[in-house]
Amino acid sequence: MRIFDPHIHMTSRTTDDYEAMYAAGVRAVVEPAFWLGQPRTGVSSYLDYFDAITGWERFRASQFGIRHHAAIALNPKEANDPRCREVMPELDRYLRRESVVAVGETGYDSMTPEEDEVLEAHLDLAIRHALPVVVHTPHRDKKHGTQRTLDVVANSGIAPELVVLDHLNEVTVDLVAERGCWMGFSIYPDTKMDPGRMVAILQRLGTERMLVNSAADWGRSDPLLTAKTGRAMLDAGFTDAEVDTVLWGNPVAFYGQSGRLDVTPLPGFELGGEAELFEGNSILRGAAAVPAGAGAD
Amino acid sequence: MNRMDESMGPRAGAPGMRGGAGATLSRAGAPAIVVADELETRYRSGDTDERILVLGVLDRIVAEQPAPDLVRAVGVELVRDALRSNDPRLVAAAMGPFAGRHLGDHDWRHGVVKLVFMGVPLAGVARLDERADDELARMAADLAEERGAAGRAIPDDLRALLPAAADASLETGR
Repeated sequence: MRIFDPHIHMTSRTTDDYEAMYAAGVRAVVEPAFWLGQPRTGVSSYLDYFDAITGWERFRASQFGIRHHAAIALNPKEANDPRCREVMPELDRYLRRESVVAVGETGYDSMTPEEDEVLEAHLDLAIRHALPVVVHTPHRDKKHGTQRTLDVVANSGIAPELVVLDHLNEVTVDLVAERGCWMGFSIYPDTKMDPGRMVAILQRLGTERMLVNSAADWGRSDPLLTAKTGRAMLDAGFTDAEVDTVLWGNPVAFYGQSGRLDVTPLPGFELGGEAELFEGNSILRGAAAVPAGAGAD
Repeated sequence: MNRMDESMGPRAGAPGMRGGAGATLSRAGAPAIVVADELETRYRSGDTDERILVLGVLDRIVAEQPAPDLVRAVGVELVRDALRSNDPRLVAAAMGPFAGRHLGDHDWRHGVVKLVFMGVPLAGVARLDERADDELARMAADLAEERGAAGRAIPDDLRALLPAAADASLETGR
């Protein structure tokens, strides 16, 4: 099973996670910009963060055989802070980076006028840079927020196939399906979606335009839930090809619209798929060792 | 224990607290601009415990102002900042008496629902019964629908926010 996690916050995860993800079949990820749990207070901490997710984190992932790309945006929550909003004019130069395959995550948190303005600005940036957009749907007032997001997306003039609405659930998925946008689902240990519920949605609506992610971050989350969802699909009678569509083909097609996506195996990891296991062990285990000096100290 | 400590009741003695803040903040007769600046500085430069203390004295300090507009506006900004955080202690402190009296309806409703998400009891939300309106009931009903669709339990605090009819339909398993 090869996996592309289209939404994961690796800056919050450990190298153990990278190793476990690789072992589970994860070969590519997209890390959308988000908040840190502790609100930022100014532009410079944002810029350092953008540099981290397009630089250091990309390198860190590569040490474990995982292709890493980023999405760049001002987080919806921090769109409400005038000190953070000043980052908006800085986004242009990040959206030109080869490592950046989307605008995101944008969308609503509390559905304030400030969030409206920033969401519209992000959609405009996506149009001008010809990039896909990752749109977060709010935790609170999700149905209303999803509806309003779809209206703003439609009014922006962006092609619906360039937009994914993320963190959907049973109540919001149909609103998005009928508008032609991509449908993103975050599989979580106890909130958002779980593998069983995800399988039920796939059985009802099919695999087209469906993206499954772990959205793993600093909260209680699990970067292996993409793989567990793949296994739940197989257990429910989906074919290997259908699992591959959801966990690999779909995210490649969505982010591939950027023209910048590279999902070729990293040097040293070319034979790292499950097919190359020899007596249960990856023959590359020794060859792909992290070079000395890559640690934090 | 200084005046601010006493006014904070059970929070007095919280680790990291600096008692000096209370004496300055509660000084009678200080110009509004000084009080507003002091509140903002104490909050922005403080750790979580200090921020909780500032949120806790906002209501009294605004009430003491002869011309409260400026201090109230700063208070609303600080409450909105705390509501954006992910720390349930800060979010709970933000939804105290000051927010009950001065926070706009939209932000206030989101604060209530955020506490439900965080599993923080709503008993600490000031003026909940007075301010709970049809829009909050609508938001609660939508959230209950999501929880139901996900096969998850409806917490009692959420159930209490629901419109009477929706609550009844959940009781009967819809």
